[in-house]
Parts: sequence; C-alpha cells; structure tokens
Amino acid sequence: MTTRSLLDRTGTLLGLILVAMVFGVLVGPHFFAPTNLELMARQTAIVSIAAVGMTIVIVAGGIDLSVGSMIALTTVVIAQLLRMDVSPPAAALGGIAAAALCGLINGVLITQLRVVPFIVTLGTMLIIRGAAKGFGEERRIEAPATWLNDLLRVTRGEMLLPSGIWAVIVLSLIVGGLLRYTRFGRHTFAIGSNERMARLCGVAITRTKVIIYTLSAALTGFAGLLMFSKLSVGDPTVAIGLELDVIAAVIIGGGSLLGGRGTVSGTLIGAAIMTVIQIGCSQKGLANWVQQIVTGGIIVAAVALDRVRSGRTAS
Amino acid sequence: MTDAPAAAPPRFAMRGIRKAFGATVALDGVDLSVNAGEICGLIGQNGAGKSTLMSILAGAQPPDAGEMFIDGTPFAPANPIDARRAGVAMIYQELSLAPHLSVMENIMMGAEPMRFGLVDWRRMRDMASRALAQLGHHDIPPDAPVGSLSVAAQQLVEIARAVALGSRVLVLDEPTSSLGRADVERLFALLRHLKAQGHAIVYISHFIEEVKEVADRFIVLRDGRNAGAGATNDATRDGIVALMVGRTVGDLFPRSPRHRGEAILDVSGLEPGSATFTLYRGEILGIAGVLGSGRTRLLRTIFGLQPVRAGQVRVGVYSGAADPHARWRQGLGMLSEDRKEEGLATALDVADNLTLTRLSPFGAAGLLSPGRQRAAAARWISELEIKCAGPDQKAGELSGGNQQKIAIARLLHHDVDVLILDEPTRGIDVGSKAQIYRLIDALVADTAGGRPRAVLMVSSYLPELLGLCDRIAVMKRGRLAEALPAETLTEHDLMMAATVGASGP
Repeated sequence: MTTRSLLDRTGTLLGLILVAMVFGVLVGPHFFAPTNLELMARQTAIVSIAAVGMTIVIVAGGIDLSVGSMIALTTVVIAQLLRMDVSPPAAALGGIAAAALCGLINGVLITQLRVVPFIVTLGTMLIIRGAAKGFGEERRIEAPATWLNDLLRVTRGEMLLPSGIWAVIVLSLIVGGLLRYTRFGRHTFAIGSNERMARLCGVAITRTKVIIYTLSAALTGFAGLLMFSKLSVGDPTVAIGLELDVIAAVIIGGGSLLGGRGTVSGTLIGAAIMTVIQIGCSQKGLANWVQQIVTGGIIVAAVALDRVRSGRTAS
Repeated sequence: MTDAPAAAPPRFAMRGIRKAFGATVALDGVDLSVNAGEICGLIGQNGAGKSTLMSILAGAQPPDAGEMFIDGTPFAPANPIDARRAGVAMIYQELSLAPHLSVMENIMMGAEPMRFGLVDWRRMRDMASRALAQLGHHDIPPDAPVGSLSVAAQQLVEIARAVALGSRVLVLDEPTSSLGRADVERLFALLRHLKAQGHAIVYISHFIEEVKEVADRFIVLRDGRNAGAGATNDATRDGIVALMVGRTVGDLFPRSPRHRGEAILDVSGLEPGSATFTLYRGEILGIAGVLGSGRTRLLRTIFGLQPVRAGQVRVGVYSGAADPHARWRQGLGMLSEDRKEEGLATALDVADNLTLTRLSPFGAAGLLSPGRQRAAAARWISELEIKCAGPDQKAGELSGGNQQKIAIARLLHHDVDVLILDEPTRGIDVGSKAQIYRLIDALVADTAGGRPRAVLMVSSYLPELLGLCDRIAVMKRGRLAEALPAETLTEHDLMMAATVGASGP
C-alpha cells in the first residue's frame, strides 16, 4: 500500500473517529459502551452490506437506484415462502435470488439498451417496488416465526456479535478481496476508470457489467434478509429512499460517481459514520431534522475534501 | 506604433507569438496578419502550430510572448468570450451547435434579444433571418431544429452566428472535411461573398488546392515558425509542399537488418478505403494521410473496434470479423491515437494500465497476485526506462512520453505478433520519441533466435514513416493507395499524394 492510499483510507477513518468523538463528548462515555457499539453495528448492518454491493457498481462507473425496492421485494419473497412452509434457509436463498434476478435484469437492460444506469435503475426502482407490492398483496406479510428473525438479535456469550453481523463482515472481506485479488476486480476498475480503454484492451464489458449488477443485487438481497430479520414480516413499503443512504455510504467512503474509485473498507467506514450520526443524534435527543442536516453536511464535506485532495495531487 | 503604415492597419495582426508547453516549443515567434476583405490560407503539417496559433487568437490560451492587434488596437483576450466580443469567430471542424435547439436560437445564442426580461422571439427570428439572408441562404428555415439539417447547412448556421454577432475575423478550421464537392463550391462562394463584405478570413486546410482556389494569400507554418508566405496565384503546389516539408531529420531512425517472414495480416477490400494489403512478419508498413482521411477508422476496423462494413480481415489462420477481445487472443495489439480518452486509464496505476490485457500470469482461475503483477510491471518500467515512482503510481501523473511508453509496453507485455500503432509518438518529447523509434525497430529486427513482429503504423509525421517503415501506403479522402517501398519515396511525394488532387469524395 502506498503512503497516499493509506492516507486516503485513514482520511475516512479519521472522519469516523472525529464524528464518534464529537458524539462521545455530547452524549457521554456510555456512548462507547459495548452494548451501544453493538447497537450501532446492528443498525449499520443493512446499509453496510447493500453499500458493499453498491461499491462494485460505483467502481465500475455505474449506479443502482433500485436497491431500496429490491430490499422490500426480498422481505416479501421471504415472508411468502415461509408462509408456504418452505424451510427457512431455502426461503432466505429464495429472497436473495429474487434480488439477484432484479440485478441481472438491470445489467442486461443497461448493456443491451445502452441506456445509462441512472435511468434504467430509476425505472426498475418503480417496477421492482410495484412487483413487491403486487407479490405482497399491498400489505405487510406476516410470516411464521423462525430463526431467521434472530439474525440481528444478541446471543449472549456465544459469538460476541449477532450472526448476521458476522455474515456482513465475512461477505465484506470476500468482496474486498474480489476487487483487489481477482481479474474480475481489475476489469471492474478498468471499466469504471475508462470504458473505452477497457474495450480497447479486450475486456468483456457486457459480461462483466451484467455480473457486477447481479452480484451487487445479491448482496442487496442479503441486506433484504437482514431487513426481514429486523422486521420479522415482509413489508413491500420498507426501505423507500434507502438507496440514497447506500450511495452516500460509498461516496463518504471515497467512491467516485465518475467510476474507477472506491474501496470496501472505505464504504464500511462511510456507513459507520452515518450510523454514528443517527444514533448519536437520537441519544442526544436531537430531532430527526438535525440528523438529516448533519448527514447531508458530511456527504458534501466528504466529497469537497476529496476534490481538494485529488486536485492537489493532479497539479 | 512608430511603424504604423499610412494605409489602414490590417484587420488583425499577430506578431512574434511564442508559446511553449513545458520543454516543447509549439510556437516560436510567429507573425500572421490578415487585411479586411482578404482570405488567407494557413498551411502546415499536423503539429506545425496552426491550432495553437488559432487558439491564442480565439482567447483560449494566452501567448508566452508577442502581441496582437485588431484594427490597429492592441488585443489581449483573457478568454474566448473576450475574443468573441472583439469580433473573432472560430468555426471548428467539430461544429459547436445545440442540435435540439432551432436554427434561430443557435444563431443568436448568448446574444438573444430581450424584451422586459423575456426572450423577444419575433426579433430573434428577424435577426436570424437577416443573418441567413446576408449569407444568401434564405432556404434555411429559422424554426427548424439544427439537428435536422445537413452538415453543410449546420456549418452555415455556425457561420451565420458569427455574422449575426458582428464578427470581423472569421477562422475556419478544415471546413470541407465532411462536405461533398457541391457543398464545398457553395461554401467557397459564401466565403468570397463575406470577403467582399469586408471580413478577414483565415482558412486552415490540409488541401493545398482548396487554399489555392479560395484564398488570396497563404502562410506556411513549420515546427512552430513561419516557413514562408505568398500570393496563391504565384505559388505552385510543389513550392508550397516544399515549404511545408522543409529539412529532413537526421539519423533519429535506427534500422536493424530485417527479413520479411510469412504473411500475418491480410486485409482485402476493407472499408474505409477499399484497403487491400498484406503485412508480413519482420516488416513495418506505414499509412500516411492527413487527419480525417480515414486512417484511424481503418485501423479501428481491423482491430474490431468498429464493425466491418465491407471487405475482409484475416489474421494468421483466423478469418472474419472479431471484437478486440478476440484480436488480442489472435496476437494483435493496438495502440490508440487518443492516449487520454482511450489509451490509458489515467486514474489507475501504472501496473494496472500496463498489464490489463493479460492478467493470467499473475494467478490461476481468475485470481491475481498484486505482488506478481507489480513485479512484471516493474520489469517493463526498467526495460523501457519509464520514469515513474513505481508500479503503484497513477498513470495520469506521468509525462506524455512516459504514458505512451506504458501504452506500448502493454503490447509488449501481451507479447503480440502484430502491433497496430496509431500515431505512436504524438505529443511526446524528442527523447521519448527516439526511444520509441529504437523500440519499434528492435521489434521487427531479424535477430538470431528472436521472433520478429509485424508493425502496422499510422503517423502524421512523415519523416517518422520514411525513417521507420519498409513500405508506405497513402490514404486520402477515404481511399488507400497501394503500398510502395519506403526507399523509393520522399516526404515531398507523400505530401503531394496526401494533399493534392481532386477534392471531394
């Protein structure tokens, strides 16, 4: 790792430490109590894993606005499958597969219609939301209680963290490795950095992009599973606007909407920063509107800082 | 001014203009002046400094030294808007029009007539119609969207904009490159008409006959200096070409013993250019021609970046069309002429840029060891003497010459048999050029135990083609002529073949 990429990463990490310290002072020392940290980890898990998927898409120069709808669809599919007496693991896989299918469709539409990802996924955002509502008969789907509801629940003594959070950590490590230690990862960076060059260099652009959107959607499906676990029902109206939190986490973490830049570690820190602000504000008793203003300010500041930094290295 | 002539000063004058980019001197004391009611042709090879000179006149960049005057008053535009206000209008090859807006909106853009803070549409239509009428073109409807017009009509709209905004100096850069012969005739008639109205016109073209036909005078630039000037009536084509070509370059070009091996790339009847040629191992085949002649499109079609419309490409045993992915596998590699936009990913590091086409040696089953990737990149960095902090440095932070070496090293890393090089030394310093020449020569050299490659290269720089190539074919207006042995050709021959002859497709 070069000194600069170290600086890039620690830059976001410093941001997290700074934000945490500010709330530590505001809220008091119990802000850093293990139970509170665990609360934050649980709160951040859903956005984090979807944002890890979004990191791949954004590194490739794309965007996916349909992740909120995919999460809702996943919760509905899982609930319906459980009601049909499908076993919990199969229901979970079914929900993730539904999301992955949405991603596959996104990828195929983007590469075959040659329409920009923003527009395609703006459309599929509505389509998938509609599908979730249709499939959920426009209401919350109650599902029989299974261990799927305990993925984010504290299990004292055994595993230190809830199993869902362990899964997020493992998946993040895998995706981080995928971006750095595989040909697919380097091709993803090449496409996002300069698609014309990638084409000249013989990168299979269509295939790679379809894989990227499908993979990202599968991770979003996992976020949907965690969401189902949190809600214990299938809710077609959940996670409206969540795609913006997901994208914000990637951007705060150093990803660029122009493509070619972004890291999984940065994204996780970005998601953590947003969670710290949310939990800090609510524990300090600050109103929701303050939270929103602070989060918005952090996004703008993160991008502005990044501009200054890259501007300096370019000149 | 003490030396001001008794007669009216020229419409515009540039004196002693100097401009350097780093160590490269683009313009070294250039003079250019044009009178009102005069068309002056500006001629020179690619890289002679024409574009830089005109961008200074247009206010896009300031000169390092020298002065400019318009109608005798000093002129130092801070930006292109300043220059436009002073009456300098540029018509580039790439038109700058908004295709979805109407003709009149395009003509009056930035100077829309207003009434009570709102656009005065009636006056806009009147003013636009008047501008079109002044050009003698009532036939273009002011309400039509510009995108629905022919290229020739769009060009007229752009000229009408210049006229409507009261331009005094009109610069046209290669205006006929996308026009048919009849449209060229109409354009020339229009330029003579504008000349009679007192405009000063600079006409930039590669085509000497066009300059002779439409311009009163011509000025030749060569290597950033005035190489000659005169009245077009008195000049011969040969004389003008001699001024463009000038001196010959010394022994910048090494020539190892070469031995022509088996045929490795066969092209027949390929569009553009109805190109037919065979490339053999151990030889360099050059394609000469001016910008826009179709050279680059031909290379891109061979490499699968553009669809094959007619004709055939055969690489060794593989025949038929293929995409770039397949071409690399067949042992072809291509260097793009556009280093920034297509050649490199400037935000990625040197190692990624250099090894992207062949990552397989760095790990099995799709895995990749960054350490081994970096080690391979480091080997090429030292072998080609690429100046950089290491394989982890971002490619965009390197100089043009070193960037180009990375782009070429990609082909070497892939170990291709056929190198397709589009402008391999464009925009790089002389030192890097010399290194790249040595490298290209070594690739085709007949050395014991070595495997000579084949090189197909396009260049606008004729000495480079003559110095490196075994055979050279000239492309002109989308037709590729037969390749001739380089030793039988001179710069003068190539320049004549590329720039003289019937214009219009």
